[in-house]
Amino acid sequence: MDYILQPWPWYVSGPLIAIVMYLLLYFGRTFGMSSNLRTLCAIGGAGKHSDFFKFDWKSQRWNLIVVLGAIVGGFIAYFLLSNPINIDLNQNTVKDLDALGFENAGQSLLPPELFSWDNVLSLKGLLILIIGGFLVGFGTRYAGGCTSGHAITGLSSLQIPSFIAVIGFFLGGLIMIHLIYPILF
Amino acid sequence: MGKYIKFFLVGILFGIVLVKSEAVSWYRIFEMFKFQSFHMYGIIGTAILTGVVLLQVSKLKNIKTIEGSELNVPLKDRSFTRYILGGTIFGLGWALCGACPGPMYILLGTGAFSILIVIAAALLGTFVYGIFKNKLPH
Repeated sequence: MDYILQPWPWYVSGPLIAIVMYLLLYFGRTFGMSSNLRTLCAIGGAGKHSDFFKFDWKSQRWNLIVVLGAIVGGFIAYFLLSNPINIDLNQNTVKDLDALGFENAGQSLLPPELFSWDNVLSLKGLLILIIGGFLVGFGTRYAGGCTSGHAITGLSSLQIPSFIAVIGFFLGGLIMIHLIYPILF
Repeated sequence: MGKYIKFFLVGILFGIVLVKSEAVSWYRIFEMFKFQSFHMYGIIGTAILTGVVLLQVSKLKNIKTIEGSELNVPLKDRSFTRYILGGTIFGLGWALCGACPGPMYILLGTGAFSILIVIAAALLGTFVYGIFKNKLPH
């Protein structure tokens, strides 16, 4: 039981993610989390504004059920299967974060400096979450997939387009962390 | 309802793995882009490696889906522009809020309700892409 309650090592987690991908293929579907954003837009009536959202969203219900399961899975893992969160970050990461104003890095899943309601309701905090979320939603549809669709499924099936997209993911991430963070924080 | 239960269970497995691996943590994403830990690279790397093996084996063994059709991954359209531009925009957002679409939902389950703002903004981003899709270089 203690092995379950401890954080799971990468060599256990990675193969399990591949099994999730494979199970969905075996069920005749594909692993793609960002598609649900498009589906939710379609349900919300976005088809009135763009043909991109005019499709039979009911055929995507299975994926929304995966999302529902993922939320429940997050609940189970966090509240029932975890010791108190204490992420074993590199000490240099902790120091770098401290210099940026993020204290006690790794004591929770998300930094309170960004996700606590006090910060969310400040102008800067709110803008960071809104801009970050917007870029993810826009970028993932532009690129035709996210980490699950491109990095895991696309690379597992050795597709060049996914390789290009993943290079983009890292290009964007590195620009943000190394060039934009020092300005923001 | 019965036909959906398997998707629900796969979702639960996915949610548990991403929390237990700490891949849903903003801190782990920051650390990854700083190249200060192997953890995230190990997760993504072994996921791809296992995925390659699973897909090759099922091709060799000619394994079918439960619906009896060919088990294969749909091919992405050939292009460069949309993948590099869209990917970079995605990466900027991923590093800023520390969550890609899967973890966004999963974090809700951990009680981090402020992630709802990120989800709402991601929906808006998807919507705006849909509006301008035909004007963007693909």
